[in-house]
Amino acid sequence: MADTFQLEIVTPQKQMVKDVAAEEAQIPGADGYLGILPGHAPLITELKAGALTYRAGGTTHTLSVAWGFAEVLPEKVTILAETAERPQEIDVARAEKAKARAEERLKSNNPDVDYDRAEDALERAETRIKVAAEK
Amino acid sequence: MPNILDIRRRIRSVVNTRQITKAMKTVSAAKLRRAQEAALAARPYSQMLTNVLKSLIKRANIYDPVTGEPLHPLLAERPEKNILLIVITGDKGLAGAFNTNILKVVSKFIASKPEQDIDVECIGRKGRDFMRRRFPAAPTRRTPEDIQAGAAPVQSEAPRAGRVQITGEYVGVLGKVDYNFVAALGQDVVQRFADETIDGVYILYNEFKSVIAQRLVVDHLLPIKEIGEVNISLAEEATEEERKRAVEAAKTAGVGIRPVDTRAVDEAAAKFATAEVDYIYEQPPVQLFSELLPKYISVEIFHALMESVAAEHAARMTAMDSATNNASDMIDSLTLAMNRARQAKITKEIIEIVSGAAAQG
Repeated sequence: MADTFQLEIVTPQKQMVKDVAAEEAQIPGADGYLGILPGHAPLITELKAGALTYRAGGTTHTLSVAWGFAEVLPEKVTILAETAERPQEIDVARAEKAKARAEERLKSNNPDVDYDRAEDALERAETRIKVAAEK
Repeated sequence: MPNILDIRRRIRSVVNTRQITKAMKTVSAAKLRRAQEAALAARPYSQMLTNVLKSLIKRANIYDPVTGEPLHPLLAERPEKNILLIVITGDKGLAGAFNTNILKVVSKFIASKPEQDIDVECIGRKGRDFMRRRFPAAPTRRTPEDIQAGAAPVQSEAPRAGRVQITGEYVGVLGKVDYNFVAALGQDVVQRFADETIDGVYILYNEFKSVIAQRLVVDHLLPIKEIGEVNISLAEEATEEERKRAVEAAKTAGVGIRPVDTRAVDEAAAKFATAEVDYIYEQPPVQLFSELLPKYISVEIFHALMESVAAEHAARMTAMDSATNNASDMIDSLTLAMNRARQAKITKEIIEIVSGAAAQG
């Protein structure tokens, strides 16, 4: 069996990662993180906001992804992510602001606030901050 | 007799104008190229999403087995009482008839739905200005910031400002189309449709396949009739003359006029999530389907925006090409007039000298 698999990460704006031979990947599945090695059984899962890491050529890369979707095949992994950012691309100040805003909304007791959305926003902001710290 | 100095001044001013229009044309051509690349880069994602949805339809029961009604609210058709119309125009002018043509179709569309209440959301300053002059604003009106911050959808209890009202104005989002904004807008639209505040969503924009293949369309976004198919309810083709001028401008600016070749990209995308294997579904297909469907709407809006931006640059490029040509023509005829005036002056002087000499001799 091959010891790498092909990894692709696609976002609406561009193809972030194209044809990378990765040795392993960790993806933030909606029901928990998944570790993927070459030869994984075919699988389809939704992704939640979180850090996605993969190892290619011995170096480990980390990306922050928001909502997404992944297809895993034995020799290929394709990830559709609504946003994917490398640590150096993350605007920490903006993430901090978004976090503060989401927290405020959650605490506000305002009936107009959509709590699910505020919670999602909070999670996204927290992921960004965490991933940005890893560069 | 025309003054030579005046004509010279006039020529100099037209030459300056021509320089500006020429520069604007070059800039638009470069921006058009970038917009086309961006549209191409966005293609795999939308194609893959469409493919996943199509394959999920086969696996999940999205229709009620007894009544045949679709189980997902975004697929449900109901009588149209309230319509949402999203209008995409440009933020800036000097793009020939680009904005005017779109706004003409807006009026036509609104006239074609005399029974329904229409909420209008404008993306682009030109559309907003036009709508503001004609229709009242809704009690709550959102901006890009509201949408991004996740403001609650418009309350339906508030009295309507009129049969046609403006519920959203998004200005300044076209320069660099941010997917986060579009995603938030899509989510908002989906929410309102699911709440039954609105019964149908239409999006009006300038479709842009290539310089020669563009038209104005009204796309029936919600409810979804068939995934992966654009559901056009009104289309206005570009006139032959407009097309000819666009081709002319594209040629001189070095922009390709054929549609970009997307076959390789589409083929790769078609393989996504459709392999002939038994997938393990981490979540039940039905759940995946209902999570993915709203994203599909965002992608559609994003797609419309990208095409509209490309079309705007193409229109500006064409308009500036015409302006440059007109300026050149004007310079030619002014130069001719100036030469004539100069010649007339010289002839007159010679006659004066000759007749002066004749009088003395």
